[in-house]
Amino acid sequence: MSRPGVARPSAFRRHGLLWLGALLVGTMSLAAIFAPLLSSFDPTAINVDAMLRPPSAAHWLGTDALGRDVLSRILHGGRVSLWVGFVAVGISTGIGLVLGLVAGYCGRLADEVIMRGVDVMLCFPSFFLILAVIAFLEPSLLNIMIVIGLTSWMGVARLVRAETLTLRERDFVLAARVAGAGPARIVFSHILPNALAPVLVSATLGVAGAILIESSLSFLGLGVQPPEPSWGNMLMEGKEVLEIAPWLSLFPGLAILLTVLGYNLLGESLRDLLDPRLKQ
Amino acid sequence: MDRQDVLLETTDLARHYPLTRGLLRIRSGSLRAVDGVSLKVRRGETLGLVGESGCGKSTLARCVLGLERPTSGRVLFKGREVGEWERKDRCRRMQMIFQDPYSSLNPRKKIGAMVGEPLRIHGLGARRERRAKVAETLGLVGLDPEHAGRYPHEFSGGQRQRAAIARALVLEPELLVCDEPVSALDVSVRAQVLNLLDDLQERFGLTYLFISHDLSVIGHISDRVAVMYLGRVVELARSEEIFKAPLHPYTEALLSAVPVPDPERAARPVRLTGDLPSPSAPPPGCPFHPRCKKALDVCRTTPPELKSVGERGLVSCWLY
Repeated sequence: MSRPGVARPSAFRRHGLLWLGALLVGTMSLAAIFAPLLSSFDPTAINVDAMLRPPSAAHWLGTDALGRDVLSRILHGGRVSLWVGFVAVGISTGIGLVLGLVAGYCGRLADEVIMRGVDVMLCFPSFFLILAVIAFLEPSLLNIMIVIGLTSWMGVARLVRAETLTLRERDFVLAARVAGAGPARIVFSHILPNALAPVLVSATLGVAGAILIESSLSFLGLGVQPPEPSWGNMLMEGKEVLEIAPWLSLFPGLAILLTVLGYNLLGESLRDLLDPRLKQ
Repeated sequence: MDRQDVLLETTDLARHYPLTRGLLRIRSGSLRAVDGVSLKVRRGETLGLVGESGCGKSTLARCVLGLERPTSGRVLFKGREVGEWERKDRCRRMQMIFQDPYSSLNPRKKIGAMVGEPLRIHGLGARRERRAKVAETLGLVGLDPEHAGRYPHEFSGGQRQRAAIARALVLEPELLVCDEPVSALDVSVRAQVLNLLDDLQERFGLTYLFISHDLSVIGHISDRVAVMYLGRVVELARSEEIFKAPLHPYTEALLSAVPVPDPERAARPVRLTGDLPSPSAPPPGCPFHPRCKKALDVCRTTPPELKSVGERGLVSCWLY
């Protein structure tokens, strides 16, 4: 409903941070998807003639101690980060949705059991829990994704439970019951679609969290194992030669920063956009 | 008159909610939302149920629809206990219209899908037949069948309530429970929706249990009126009688609060003092006596029975 004569702020002015976040996320995702096409070097190819070269025309972001091209390694490392982010968030959101719906809809007993379970899970400092579990398991990419997913569903569960508790009392749910709808139809057709907006926000923020955890694990040597590149293990390798070749740490660090920033901006702006209480 | 076909009957219906205290949920009392209500609704009539908020009108409606299990007493629909009906059979025969059309329509469902949902639930008709039925029903309630593709937020309050009525009608029910169906609407739209309900009743021989806190609305639509106070029926009579000569002091007070558009007639409201007592600790004797101007000694100690006063109707008051 535009009023004539009143200048409306442009889409960018109104949702500037949203667009910035989307731009960062989009760029990083495209770069990761098309990494094999964009990189001119094999990310694991050792070249003893070009070790620790600073950024140049041939190697835009320089080379590491084994002469590997940093740009190619960052591009390929991005695939690991985003893959971990999406799969881990997929697992945690799935678990959180199911448990939240059950806790919110299936009565007092289920609610108590599930929410106390959430409390127990929240008692553990999750990063140390992940460290401990990964130390026992083989530090493979799959294990990392599963462990991150299994330790980060609690927020989603609480969110979905709270939404479910309010939605189930709404008249349109009662109307569905009056129309003869069974529990499955009520939950999936009436409650779930109305509870998804905050879940979307939390999933977006969750991707950023998962990427950070994966980088931290790889930095500590418990994540993606060399020579396979990941932003975390590149940082770890870079710190040995920080004084003579700072670009080895700078660029993977920047990649992490921009990606996490992008997802956080996107998530926060989506929250503002989807929350009806903040409208107008 | 009583030999007529009774569609819905409640006998001594009560719904109490347990009140609990502390971590262990020790039962500390009960909230008597509905406390012994006996009503008969005949086929084709409109029974108005009036009373201030918190008197148990909506709880009664929920019990009638089988959404709540009564604590004691019975609800008979077509002579059969509501709880014994198979859910889908029951739902096809009785439907409900809600107070607030802003919360009774799922904001993420298009109007057509919403009106058609009961048909899908009951597996009635193929997709094409359902669509035709939805269009027909939307037409009945005065909406454009083209509106099926729109979302609720694109409609005004009155249109939303019409859509909600369409959803309730699509299964062709016999009984419609209307829980304050016009209270949330603009005064200008109220009359339209009330007239629509009147027309629909005439066309399809519908039976209404019509709940409202507003006597002028009740008077417009009802054949008989039951006045509820604190979970009980205190007066039951034909609509004209109630308006002409209310018997119960509470009915009198309610009536005097209805604005009359006549400047010559001075408004002399019988003011009620005090608040509605808590249904978890109802006063002894007649529940109305603390607020009643005409209270006798007996009112404070013994609750009056609902008894008939001549041909006029039923009243629960020691004055008669």
